[in-house]
Amino acid sequence: METRFALFFFFFFFLLIALLSTPVFSDLVITKVDRKIDLTSHIVRISSSLKVENAGPDVVSQLLLTFPEYQAKKLAYLTASSAEGKGKSKGSSANLPVEVVQPEGVPPALTFYSVSLPRGLGKGESLNLDVFAVLTHSLQPFPEEITQADVQLVLFQDSAHYLSPYEVKAQVLSIKLPSPRVESFTKIQNTKLVDSEIKYGPYENLPAFSYSPIIVHYENNRPFAVATELLREIEISHWGNVQITEHYKLEHGGARTKGGFSRIDYQARPNVRGASSFRRLIVKLPPRAHSVYYRDEIGNVSTSHLWADSRKTELEIEPRYPMFGGWKTFFTVGYGLPLHDYLFESDGKRFLNVSFGSPIAEVVVDNLLVVLPEGSKDISVSVPFSVKQWEEVKYSHLDISGRPVVVLEKKNAVPEHNSHFQVYYKFNSFSMLREPLMLISGFFFLFVSCIIYMHADLSISKSSASYLAKLQWYEVQATVQKLHEIMVRCLTVHDKLEASLRDLSRTGDVQACKAMRKAADSLLKDLSKDLKPLLVFLQSSLQAAQIYQKVEELVVKEKELQEKLMSKHTMVVDAYEKKSAGRELENRIAALQQKLTTLRQEVDDLIDVIDEI
Amino acid sequence: MAEMENAKGSTLRYACGNVLSFFILILIGVLAFSIRLFSVIKYESVIHEFDPYFNYRVTQFLTKNGIYDFWNWFDDRTWYPLGRVIGGTVYPGLTLTAGSLWWLLNSLNIPLSVETVCVFTAPIFSAYAAWATYLLTKEVKGTGAGLTAAVLLAMVPSYISRSVAGSYDNEAVAIFALIFTFYLYIKTLNTGSLFYATLNALAYFYMVCSWGGYTFIINLIPMHVLLCIVTGRYSSRLYIAYAPLVVLGTLLAALVPVVGFNAVMTSEHFASFLVFIILHVVALVYYIKGILSPKMFKVAVTLVVAVGVVVCCAMMAVLVALVASSPTKGWSGRSLSLLDPTYASKYIPIIASVSEHQPPTWPSYFMDINVLAFLVPAGIISCFLPLSDASSFVVLYIVTSVYFSGVMVRLMLVLAPAACIMSGIALSEAFSVFTRSIKFQMPKLLDDSDPVPGDIASANSVVQSNQAKVEKHSAVDKSEGTLKERPQKKSKKKEKEPLEKASIKSQIEKKLLVLPLESSVLAILLLVLLGAFYVVHCVWAAAEAYSAPSIVLTSHNHDGLHVFDDFREAYAWLSHNTEVDDKVASWWDYGYQTTAMANRTVIVDNNTWNNTHIATVGTAMSSPEKAAWEIFNSLDVKYVLVVFGGLVGYPSDDINKFLWMVRIGGGVFPHIKEPDYLRDGQYRIDSQATPTMLNCLMYKLSYYRFVETDGKGFDRVRRTEIGKKYFKLSHFEEVFTTHHWMVRIYKLKPPKNRIRGKTKKSKSSPKTSASKKDDRVKKNPWR
Repeated sequence: METRFALFFFFFFFLLIALLSTPVFSDLVITKVDRKIDLTSHIVRISSSLKVENAGPDVVSQLLLTFPEYQAKKLAYLTASSAEGKGKSKGSSANLPVEVVQPEGVPPALTFYSVSLPRGLGKGESLNLDVFAVLTHSLQPFPEEITQADVQLVLFQDSAHYLSPYEVKAQVLSIKLPSPRVESFTKIQNTKLVDSEIKYGPYENLPAFSYSPIIVHYENNRPFAVATELLREIEISHWGNVQITEHYKLEHGGARTKGGFSRIDYQARPNVRGASSFRRLIVKLPPRAHSVYYRDEIGNVSTSHLWADSRKTELEIEPRYPMFGGWKTFFTVGYGLPLHDYLFESDGKRFLNVSFGSPIAEVVVDNLLVVLPEGSKDISVSVPFSVKQWEEVKYSHLDISGRPVVVLEKKNAVPEHNSHFQVYYKFNSFSMLREPLMLISGFFFLFVSCIIYMHADLSISKSSASYLAKLQWYEVQATVQKLHEIMVRCLTVHDKLEASLRDLSRTGDVQACKAMRKAADSLLKDLSKDLKPLLVFLQSSLQAAQIYQKVEELVVKEKELQEKLMSKHTMVVDAYEKKSAGRELENRIAALQQKLTTLRQEVDDLIDVIDEI
Repeated sequence: MAEMENAKGSTLRYACGNVLSFFILILIGVLAFSIRLFSVIKYESVIHEFDPYFNYRVTQFLTKNGIYDFWNWFDDRTWYPLGRVIGGTVYPGLTLTAGSLWWLLNSLNIPLSVETVCVFTAPIFSAYAAWATYLLTKEVKGTGAGLTAAVLLAMVPSYISRSVAGSYDNEAVAIFALIFTFYLYIKTLNTGSLFYATLNALAYFYMVCSWGGYTFIINLIPMHVLLCIVTGRYSSRLYIAYAPLVVLGTLLAALVPVVGFNAVMTSEHFASFLVFIILHVVALVYYIKGILSPKMFKVAVTLVVAVGVVVCCAMMAVLVALVASSPTKGWSGRSLSLLDPTYASKYIPIIASVSEHQPPTWPSYFMDINVLAFLVPAGIISCFLPLSDASSFVVLYIVTSVYFSGVMVRLMLVLAPAACIMSGIALSEAFSVFTRSIKFQMPKLLDDSDPVPGDIASANSVVQSNQAKVEKHSAVDKSEGTLKERPQKKSKKKEKEPLEKASIKSQIEKKLLVLPLESSVLAILLLVLLGAFYVVHCVWAAAEAYSAPSIVLTSHNHDGLHVFDDFREAYAWLSHNTEVDDKVASWWDYGYQTTAMANRTVIVDNNTWNNTHIATVGTAMSSPEKAAWEIFNSLDVKYVLVVFGGLVGYPSDDINKFLWMVRIGGGVFPHIKEPDYLRDGQYRIDSQATPTMLNCLMYKLSYYRFVETDGKGFDRVRRTEIGKKYFKLSHFEEVFTTHHWMVRIYKLKPPKNRIRGKTKKSKSSPKTSASKKDDRVKKNPWR
């Protein structure tokens, strides 16, 4: 329907133009036009090389390019470059500034773009100019709905004659198709189909605004992948990473599928039954991309492959299901890039230099986010083409003030927009340390507060019974602790005595042994002196009532042990002095020893018990 | 100087012991967390299975809309056209936990997605559960047993199976809540502190929020209280442990919308009230006994017993009346199937149809608790030496949970902590016995080996013997010094609750329980070996058996790993290429996943609250095409989703579940009869199958054009060629089939295309013509 309406409109429009006594814009004459239209993918690329000559007397510095409105609306990209001088190096020649103008007295169905020529053209001078235009969505599927088995046919319309406000002396048009299978094309004079290329022309000496509509209806099974929305998020971390996350809402923009999808047909002959579908896309990532992932909202998509070498990283992704006409999907691709490849510094400012568009070749409506680190200031952006731009704030990992975000929005972007852009900003390197320091101090204060809590007395009522009891209990504990220490020391003294006996048996040094005993004796006495106040305290303390028994028992046992040990010691020493090694003595010592061992065991046990209080 | 050092040494040793056990606990937490990450590493960070998807969806709703909208959430995406009141029918504990975790992280500006938080909730809580186990076992048998039990719990396969990363289910937090509630109960019982009693009620509240299994707590604790009373262990501590729990716990439980008045009205809770009354009676008796002289008391007893019997009879009568008149007519289906294992299969096919409600087999015990099964009896024995309030509780816990696990596989999860506690006690007791015997015999060994220098020194027999003895003694001391740490620690905990007496007893025991050195060394080696075997098994179970997310399947073949991602393929297709309001019919297993992943309205889902509705879908699936179309059309269904494993050999597909659909459908709509689908009592889909089977919707949707794949139609799950190979669909059209054919989606053809004619209708329901009208009415409840 739309097509027919459009056709009708164009005929009308053509008549209109013919009827209009067109104003003469300037005395330029286009002596030669060579137009090439590339229809192999779903993006239409028109490259035309013009030879312009000034036939009038005045110097001309502006050249007007004309597009019919239906193309102008879908025009995604337009550049003009002068092919003069530099010889073969056309691509590198500087693009000329292009802007939309609306001269007076022209019909609104035409859109004019004015190209500023590199120099004014004097009389008789000529100039070669390359114009490159990219159109999106201008291939119309016809029929609009196909089944799984059908091939996809599309219509393309344009003019056989170069639409220009100037007189065109000679012109040729060639249309390149993806395959020789052409349903139909408008035949006018000098038309021929060679292989997969349709040639119109040459036509000579056509007046300004001559227009001859042509329609090409041909087969195009190239992936009509359209990202209806793409959100690229570029996040800079000065710790060495540029993280890029791309959220795609992808759609097959070709003819809609009617009827169901049969897996058996698709699996049996995927090229025939499913010709119009596509199942894999290549994402060309920059070299040294790392941590690549590919997922959607319900998890990882397992159908992807990654190849990497020093020059590029290539990710082949497959959506979860083959994409047929009208089917949609959503996925996210993310990867990290080394910071030093993309962030540079110049006169105190840092700037990020990354490419704008999507690494997948298709049409996109683009929405690009650049997230800068917290504390960035003085942000400015330079993009080689016009974009909508504003700033936001994003909160991420432990931010307090948030990170400034530059949002660049561009509609109808094509791979040709994939050029680099720069974001300049100022950033203090110390801000990098902000979050680690925050964490460190956070933990530090946590531990400090723990320590304070452990040492602080947080009881509300200082005079309550339980609080006093607790205090008393602490005192008791401290006393018991002291007592325990004394006991342990007593035992070590005992050990020393035993050791002295052993020494005696080896060396026979009775005097040393005696001295030892004396020393031990006094030490033990001191200790028992120390013990007394503790015992008194424990006895008086209510809380220690239970413990006191044990303590008392312990003290008594220890005393007994002490006495026994002393007596044994004296006995052995006496025996040595008198050199009387009698059997009787041996028996006595053995009996004593037995008692000693059991006592020692009991005391040990009691000490353990007390220790655990 | 030396003495000082000695004294310092002992305090230092305790400090070291505490720090050591602290670090061991941290490591146990790390272990519990990381052993559950196999699923993330081997697969991906994704929600698993079926129910977790629902919980995930609820959490998403909660984080997006806030708590008040969550309570009032009426979900119109499920149970179409009935809908479901999510806020009032869901246990909110898990969702609130993950939601507040997410909220906390995000308020700290740590940008984690809800999904990530949900995936890692279960591992985090299993670390908590391990710590709670430590606390509980420490209360029962001391630090050593506590640490051992915590290690065992950190990697018990039964618990891993429910708490791997991504398994975002109620049990993940509920087990922690269960153990923690028990810990607080025991703690209160040991200390008699009202503070812990209040905490206990709060922990119980959390458990009620989290899982329907809270009834286990509210029945087990009264049982224990009753046990204590009967065995004469009544104390004020018991009263404090129990009475606040019942009062506060019941009040708090009634706050949870899904429980509400059930907390006082269903019979699952009546035991607790009965015991509450008994406890008070006993408390009164003890009080009176205290204030009366023995003689007066005897008189009073006779009086009270007489009155008490009368009161008790009245009480019983009231209780019976209450049980009979309570809304669920006594017990709910799941609880009843606990008491009578055959109940479900007899009366409620929908409960019986879930594999986790089946009784477990013996191998599943070995798989799920492994060597713990052998250690449990030893643990029970050591709980009786000496028997305290706490250890009697643990014994009661293990006994009841063993019974319950024998009824339902699912409840193996409740058994696992009990088994871990018991085995922890057994292991640590065994270790302490063996190390003690080694310790007491080491000196002898030393003695035998180094009397040489003593011999040479002098020939004096007296002194020599003396010396030998002395040496022996000091050696004992020395070895005690070095080996002291362990037994000391052990005895320390032991005597904390039963106070000094027990400790002295244990000291005496210490001397009695001396085993021969060689055998104890050997036994320790064997125990270590046993532990090693357990660890190996657990790691294997975590890595291989329990970490598959079930929505992604993998298989290894000669050219490497092959991934079957068909479910998500289908759900993604549904979510992007159908209208938002389209209704999708499938068997209830896939309901939660469809609503969560595809965001489409479903007819039935895994919350099987409406049997009739499920039966309607079951009926449609087991009806011929036209009748099914009519049922689906009356339900406003646009797409029908079936899961089919015949091409790749995925066994849990719809054809294998089909008999349950027939049973459940037939339970409500009697014109569906199970024998119609069976040939001689056998379920088959080959050429011997009955015509009813070969013409039912499920068969047709599963095998539509299947024969074209290999020319024969060989089903790899059933290992047979299908019965009916070439047929066309008249009322449905295929719109999507996934890569491995595991999910097939059909669209209902619009009404204008259907073949009109009365003859077909009568063919479709070959019932007696008299009852035909009634059948039609029954078959299609939505007309």
